[in-house]
Amino acid sequence: MRDPVSTRDSELGRSEVKTTTCYMCACRCGIRVHIRDGEVRYIEGNPDHPLNQGVICAKGASGIMKQYSPARLTRPLKRKDGADRGLNAFEPISWDEAFGMLEERLAHIRATDPRKLALFTGRDQMQALTGMFAKQFGTPNYAAHGGFCSVNMAAGLIYTYGGSFWEFGGPDLDRAKLFVMIGTAEDHHSNPMKIALGKFKKAGGRFIAVNPVRTGYAAIADEWVPIRPGTDGALLLALIHEIIEMGLFDREFLIQYSNAAELVNMDEKADDFGLFVRDPDVDVRPDTFDTPDRYWWDRHTDKPVLSRTPGTDGRLMGDYAMPDGTPVKPSFQLLKDRVKDYTPEWAETITGIPAATIRRLAHEMGVTARDQKIELPIAWTDAWGNEHEKVTGNPVAFHAMRGLAAHSNGFQTIRALGILMSILGTIDRPGGFRHRAPFPRPIPPCPKPPKGNHAIQPNHPLEGTPLGWPADPDDLAVDEHGEPLRIDKGFSWEYPLSVHGLMHNVITNAWRGDPYKIDTLFLFMANMAWNSSMNTTKVRDMLTDKDEDGNYKIPFIVVADSFQSETVAFADLVLPDTSYLERHDVMSILDRPISEFDGPVDSVRVPIMPPLGESKPFQEVLVEMGTRLGLPAFVHKDGSRKYRDYPDFIVNFETEPGSGIGFLAGWRGKSGEKFMVGEPNPSQWEMYARNDNHFHYELPRSYQYMRNWNKGYLTWAQRHRLVRYLDPINIHIYSEVLQKFRLAAEGKWKGKQPPDHLRERVKQFFDPLPFFYVPLEWKQADTMRFPLSAITQRPMAMYHSWDSQNAWLRQIHTHNYLFVHPSVGASGNFDDGDWVWVESPWGKVRCMARFSEAVEPGTVWTWNAIGKASGAWGLSPDANESKKGFLLNHVISEELPNMVGGRHVSNSDPVTGQAAWYDVRVRVTRAADDEPKVTWPQFKPLDAAPGQTGFGSRLRAFFAGRPKG
Amino acid sequence: MSTKQLALVIDLNICVGCHACVTSCKEWNTSGWAGPLPDQNPYDADPAGVFFNRVQTYELGTFPNTETVHFPKSCLHCEDPPCVPVCPTGASYKRDEDGIVLVDYDKCIGCKYCSWSCPYGAREFDEVQGVMKKCTLCVDRIYDTSLPEDRRKPACVLACPSGARIFGDVKDPDSEASQAIVENSGFQLMPEWGTNPANHYLPRRKTKVTLHQDELVRADNPLKIEGEQPKVPFTAPSIDEMSSW
Repeated sequence: MRDPVSTRDSELGRSEVKTTTCYMCACRCGIRVHIRDGEVRYIEGNPDHPLNQGVICAKGASGIMKQYSPARLTRPLKRKDGADRGLNAFEPISWDEAFGMLEERLAHIRATDPRKLALFTGRDQMQALTGMFAKQFGTPNYAAHGGFCSVNMAAGLIYTYGGSFWEFGGPDLDRAKLFVMIGTAEDHHSNPMKIALGKFKKAGGRFIAVNPVRTGYAAIADEWVPIRPGTDGALLLALIHEIIEMGLFDREFLIQYSNAAELVNMDEKADDFGLFVRDPDVDVRPDTFDTPDRYWWDRHTDKPVLSRTPGTDGRLMGDYAMPDGTPVKPSFQLLKDRVKDYTPEWAETITGIPAATIRRLAHEMGVTARDQKIELPIAWTDAWGNEHEKVTGNPVAFHAMRGLAAHSNGFQTIRALGILMSILGTIDRPGGFRHRAPFPRPIPPCPKPPKGNHAIQPNHPLEGTPLGWPADPDDLAVDEHGEPLRIDKGFSWEYPLSVHGLMHNVITNAWRGDPYKIDTLFLFMANMAWNSSMNTTKVRDMLTDKDEDGNYKIPFIVVADSFQSETVAFADLVLPDTSYLERHDVMSILDRPISEFDGPVDSVRVPIMPPLGESKPFQEVLVEMGTRLGLPAFVHKDGSRKYRDYPDFIVNFETEPGSGIGFLAGWRGKSGEKFMVGEPNPSQWEMYARNDNHFHYELPRSYQYMRNWNKGYLTWAQRHRLVRYLDPINIHIYSEVLQKFRLAAEGKWKGKQPPDHLRERVKQFFDPLPFFYVPLEWKQADTMRFPLSAITQRPMAMYHSWDSQNAWLRQIHTHNYLFVHPSVGASGNFDDGDWVWVESPWGKVRCMARFSEAVEPGTVWTWNAIGKASGAWGLSPDANESKKGFLLNHVISEELPNMVGGRHVSNSDPVTGQAAWYDVRVRVTRAADDEPKVTWPQFKPLDAAPGQTGFGSRLRAFFAGRPKG
Repeated sequence: MSTKQLALVIDLNICVGCHACVTSCKEWNTSGWAGPLPDQNPYDADPAGVFFNRVQTYELGTFPNTETVHFPKSCLHCEDPPCVPVCPTGASYKRDEDGIVLVDYDKCIGCKYCSWSCPYGAREFDEVQGVMKKCTLCVDRIYDTSLPEDRRKPACVLACPSGARIFGDVKDPDSEASQAIVENSGFQLMPEWGTNPANHYLPRRKTKVTLHQDELVRADNPLKIEGEQPKVPFTAPSIDEMSSW
């Protein structure tokens, strides 16, 4: 062999290095792609990118095998005439024909009843474009996957303090001393969390992981606190109880920056019972969301005064009467009353965590926050004009995600988390939680869903946005009878704050024609016939079910995907998408950009290689369809084409003519001299490319903290059009928004009111203060018969699931086991490695069990989405993924029968519609010895689609570029 | 003996088991000097490929006192590598200049003596080429002066998101790697075999806090401002309750 150091690697062929943005998961790291002789040789993290700072994850480093996957689709496909759906029987067609078919169908829908197009996308972060397309088309039936992911986390925290985790904000581990991670199923987010956690641990920070399972991040925790799934709310409320009892809360922070001291009307007979008492004489500007007309009880004069009146000090506790006799209490007193009985001993019986541990955790949090204060010499001015010479931090940071979110009690649980973080005084302060632009946003943010049938008109854009943030019952998307406008029943009285929609119910509802029938189901990057659906087997049946006339109940299904997923087989029309290395894309400030704590960051993806075969970026499909359909945003007044292609659209589109706001915030203005707001810049793409594909505006230090109340920041944000209002974004310890829905349920709201059969449901769950209830499914399931909770996690090496076709990654997770505590095996009469049946009230799967001591004994778990349907994803029909791998989805129902007035509802959180994946209860028993040693259910193997790349060889010895030597 | 010994120091206190090092290694090396790293049955049943670096996961203890340890493992570049003297052709060798243990595929006859002698199971046989392969510490990167100096590191080290991998000369007492070993009780795998592995591991270190009961309540407790007395932070019975005469 030649000497290993005599020749440079870059001299082995024609080499070049290009930068772009990864899309192997949703983190969106900067990458450098090394090309040798036109083939991808090496993908490394870009050291000059703020998000990943040069590192890369297992997935990102396997992008080569994604690029050269055998599952790539390269031609548009039409279901063969006479062939049934699901058989994968296609014929290739041209893009002209594909666009022609779509145009004819969608133009008819738009001209008659725009609701009949349902556009749902699996991966989000393209919502600024997909959502805009839906709005322009005029259909309310649009969402991305958030409803079955972690919408509770977004909604629960944004409705509490105007921000949330992941893209919205996160723990400041550079300065935290104590970090508590609770309910994170190895998920959001990936590299930034690992970078921060590594630094935090090296600096000697203390890390506590609360989780039923000890893997991944929890593995390196200083303390693991195992908890029963679905009971996090009980733990959080007990922590709040203890912190209040001990006086370990940050009183000054609460009084000035939250509504804790503000007085709530306690007159049960009043129409405004449970709302803040207000001074009618205070001038309230129309352009405000946080009115300054509320009271607190001044400690010095023992009288009610307008809250935050200089020289007064609101009381957090007590029981008072206004001059007119109205009984009132500070909202903090109501919180204190609420948690009175949520003692650590009570929580122990629910969570399985010893009361002494809960107490100690509360003390650790409280004492660390109080006694290890950080003071930064940064002068700033608050929204009320008070000057501060320092920024204070209470260094206790939290992170949480799906483990809290994916339960039917998740919203109130997450409200409790937000309140815990707030009473410790950690919001947008060093060492605690910090926002990422465009957050903080008003509570709730401005966009509102369509408010009635009038919002949906043929050949007209939708009035409102398909997804929005209801502030009160009148913002709901319901008709005059209180019935849903959306196919997924989002923003209806069943799930009023479903801010990301309910994608998990779209197929069932469309199949049933409830609330109405649709025509075209348009799916992008969503594996709804497999791991993204609950009740997978039946959902697959619904996709092929026909009415008495022999027509499909869902008449037309369009699937846009890069790969031969299980869902592609059910399409009538398949649109082949490109890989991430073959496209332009934006991580837009209008969506969820990649901002840092210190200021807004957005970024772009640029093509490294030409599209494979006839694959076409989905963005181009939308721009082309928008143009052909004459959607106003895509055409000139005379109906002619406005944008040449997607890159042209990104540069020149403005939210309104002349608004200066577009998809990208950086290098706006004619020559790139402006940012956030400015005229289109024809060289914008090049300017991004020259700056490692991102734009980063670092805020002045005095604008980097306390942004909910930071006058300088809020003024800056308003000038740069990040926010509409200048109002401070005060923390909702007590949620008046929720109380308004409760008043509607009680008949006390003057506007929209729920149908009678839903009044009790709304009244119960729209509690303005967090409370604990057992997950809804547990009330129906026989928990003696089904004693175990079953949950899933996403393995880090396959974070964001679609990677079974990746030759390298599939060797790390080739199939999955059900992990159980040995005691589960003892009671189910099976041993480590045995085949077992996992049964829930809704279905069963056969799989292999593996004993683990790193799981709470009442919990069983598996890796999500490792199991695949036979023959899908370019794998051979006998691949381990289909024969030994399994989906837990088969035992999880998308609906719960007999829930409200004898009717079914979605298996979801009753506030937000978040899919309650982790509520499912199961039992595990040994499979009979004579049963086949393969997982069940099995499905008929899929063949390759026409034009699919495939890979015939039994050997892959990948070496980029020309052969060695 | 070399005066320089390059090695990896892997911090088990930080490794989250994400496998970034595994696939970064694979992608760099399959198209590099030591490549290709073939995969058999890449899209069929039981795929099996050559990886120079793998992460194993262990559970220690019993619930609830369980530790989950992610344990990345590659060739340890022993100072006394048993794989070298057993090689009949001299294909397996240790470089004088930096202590890296390498295999010359042109000399390797695939007899596997080296893998039998390696107590760590760190060698990977390429069934296609019929030769033994293994971690090279990215020898084709670390001396490449066309790369920026801070990128002249093994691919696994560059990739590691949590920063759990340190690369350096463990014979230079001032190197970051040596310092990390000394300061954190770094250890070798199975030193009793006398192989003197160059790679080291840093053990789990726990950060704990001690809360003194009398620090729980401070004089400026906000409950006092609200006119309430803080809860007494102890619940044990009093003598008054217990004594009787």
